[in-house]
Amino acid sequence: MSGAPRVVLVDDHGLFRSGVRSELGRQVEVIGEADDVQPAIDLIGSVQPDVVLLDVHLPGGGGQAVIQAIKPLFPSVRFLALSASDAPEDVIAVIRAGARGYVTKTISTAELADAIRRVAAGDAVFSHRLAGFVLDAFAASSGSSGSSDVKPSFDPELDQLTSREREVLRLIAQGYTYKEIARELYISVKTVESHVSSVLRKLQLSSRHQLTRWATERRLA
Amino acid sequence: MMESVEDPAPWHRGRDQFGPWGHRHRGPFWLRRRGHGGPLRRDPAERLAGGVASGVAAWKGLNVTTVRIAFVLIALVSGGFAVPFYVAGWLLIPAAGEDSSIGSRARSDSAGIALAVGLATLLAFVLFVGGVFNDGWFAGWAWPQTVTVAGLALIWRNASPDEQATLRRLVEPLGAAGAGRAGRPGRRSAIRLTLAGLLVFGGAGWLFSARASVALLRPLGGVVLVIAGIVLLLGPWWLRIARDLVLERQAKVRAEERADISAQVHDSVLQTLALIQRRADDPQKVVWLARMQERELRSWLFEGRAPGEAEADITFAAGVRQIQQDVEARYGVPVEAVTVGDCELDENLNALLAAAREATVNAAKWSGAGVISLFAEVEPDSVSIVVRDRGKGFDPSSVPADRKGLAESVHGRMVRRGGTADVVSAEGEGTKVTLRMARPAAAPSRSGGAS
Repeated sequence: MSGAPRVVLVDDHGLFRSGVRSELGRQVEVIGEADDVQPAIDLIGSVQPDVVLLDVHLPGGGGQAVIQAIKPLFPSVRFLALSASDAPEDVIAVIRAGARGYVTKTISTAELADAIRRVAAGDAVFSHRLAGFVLDAFAASSGSSGSSDVKPSFDPELDQLTSREREVLRLIAQGYTYKEIARELYISVKTVESHVSSVLRKLQLSSRHQLTRWATERRLA
Repeated sequence: MMESVEDPAPWHRGRDQFGPWGHRHRGPFWLRRRGHGGPLRRDPAERLAGGVASGVAAWKGLNVTTVRIAFVLIALVSGGFAVPFYVAGWLLIPAAGEDSSIGSRARSDSAGIALAVGLATLLAFVLFVGGVFNDGWFAGWAWPQTVTVAGLALIWRNASPDEQATLRRLVEPLGAAGAGRAGRPGRRSAIRLTLAGLLVFGGAGWLFSARASVALLRPLGGVVLVIAGIVLLLGPWWLRIARDLVLERQAKVRAEERADISAQVHDSVLQTLALIQRRADDPQKVVWLARMQERELRSWLFEGRAPGEAEADITFAAGVRQIQQDVEARYGVPVEAVTVGDCELDENLNALLAAAREATVNAAKWSGAGVISLFAEVEPDSVSIVVRDRGKGFDPSSVPADRKGLAESVHGRMVRRGGTADVVSAEGEGTKVTLRMARPAAAPSRSGGAS
């Protein structure tokens, strides 16, 4: 975390890219832009930024295609997903592919810069909307544990959120900042961060197919 | 296509289906049932042959298929005698969106008439010369052809581009049979044509020779051969026409879809953008407009609901969304709503929603906060809503007696239904209202993890 994080913007809207670039200009170092999956993969491979600001929806396959191509090669590159039209299943898919957080495009510049810094430092960034999606996904996946087709993953820990994690997510969904959450729950900000990171880990590692099924059901509904 | 812009006749099914305000007229369907009351026009958009039947159908408000069946029956009963009337109809009835018929245009087309007369004279001369060296039957047989060719030239010149395309399609097989058309695989069609020719001539020969013999099967075999030859000769062309028809229909469906989407975008997005441009000096109004539009578009994209359309059977999550919409629309304060899970509404949950609405309205009116967050969660044994703002807050112990909003409509409402309402607030710290309602045991038993 020395100096401003080096950032690559991946978004198919040129207008949005230039807007973000000019707004973020002083707070982070924007070292490149790409407008689709393949150019993004090439660019990220060659400049290896700290953080990639990644649109969930890209014409050539969606944000997760970029993450899946880059993750194995450059594990140090971190991704922050953002989108304007967020269908829950798309957002969860990007997070499961490996993004460290998700924010909406309506986010203010200051908040966005802060989110980029946090992701660069290795933290997870949950917007209130993502917190809602995650609660929803895990509620659905733990809900049908009585049915017969459940195959618990190798580590059942991963399939459920602890009550503390739930509490933290609920407060995020209510618009609390990490500092406010820490005060509300009488814990330190670091602990809040570790809870959020743990939720992220569960979200990414859980092989429970209910998470997939939740996405399918959402799509059908 | 151009005619539709120059002459937007009210009965015309063209691009002017959208009125000046972008609303889509349900015109064609409505018209179909009553007849449009306008003059009789052929309808090229719906045509099978010349568009006469569909024109008559639209004119009299009949079903197109009925009219077509009637036409075919008349043609059959009259032994083909009525067919020229159809052709005459095609020539004399103007197409929709056009002022004049092919016939009237041909009459006023002096250059065309000159051309036709010239053509006829030339042809007549050639035939006359040919007739001199012949014993007369050639010329006698050929005179009608001269007239036909001249007439066709006139019709061709005065048909609209659309109809020229149709005519071209009709004439095409003759060209294809005459010589391998440019750009098509020559060898294949040569083999096809040779085979077809052999079959037709073989069949015909068989037929002629069968006249002498009495065998009943042989003429039948000849007929089969002739038919096979014709199918082979014209088959590809028929197939192409069928395929073209299908493609045309698909293109029409796509065009209608696109029209729907553009109507939607025009109705909502463009209107809002126009409003935003006019209100550029009022940031709060701009934000409000943008958010309203975002919500509307979102519900259209993800829930398939047209803007303004009421939700048919409203669920809990939809109820929360409505609170968000109403408060944003009425008080201009953004409401960040997050819902987790969903369920059917009942009396208790309606009371919960009403209380939540009251709390949200309160926050919008009094707190002065820039944004209100509304968090609703459906759990297996209870449903809760948290309304929170970072506004100025208040000291709950010193609420004046005349401000009964929170006490009566929120607290009272919840307690009467067996729920709880918890208000936490402090001066300068914002307010948080937590509402919780237990769910009846009959609800689907979901082991909601750790709670």
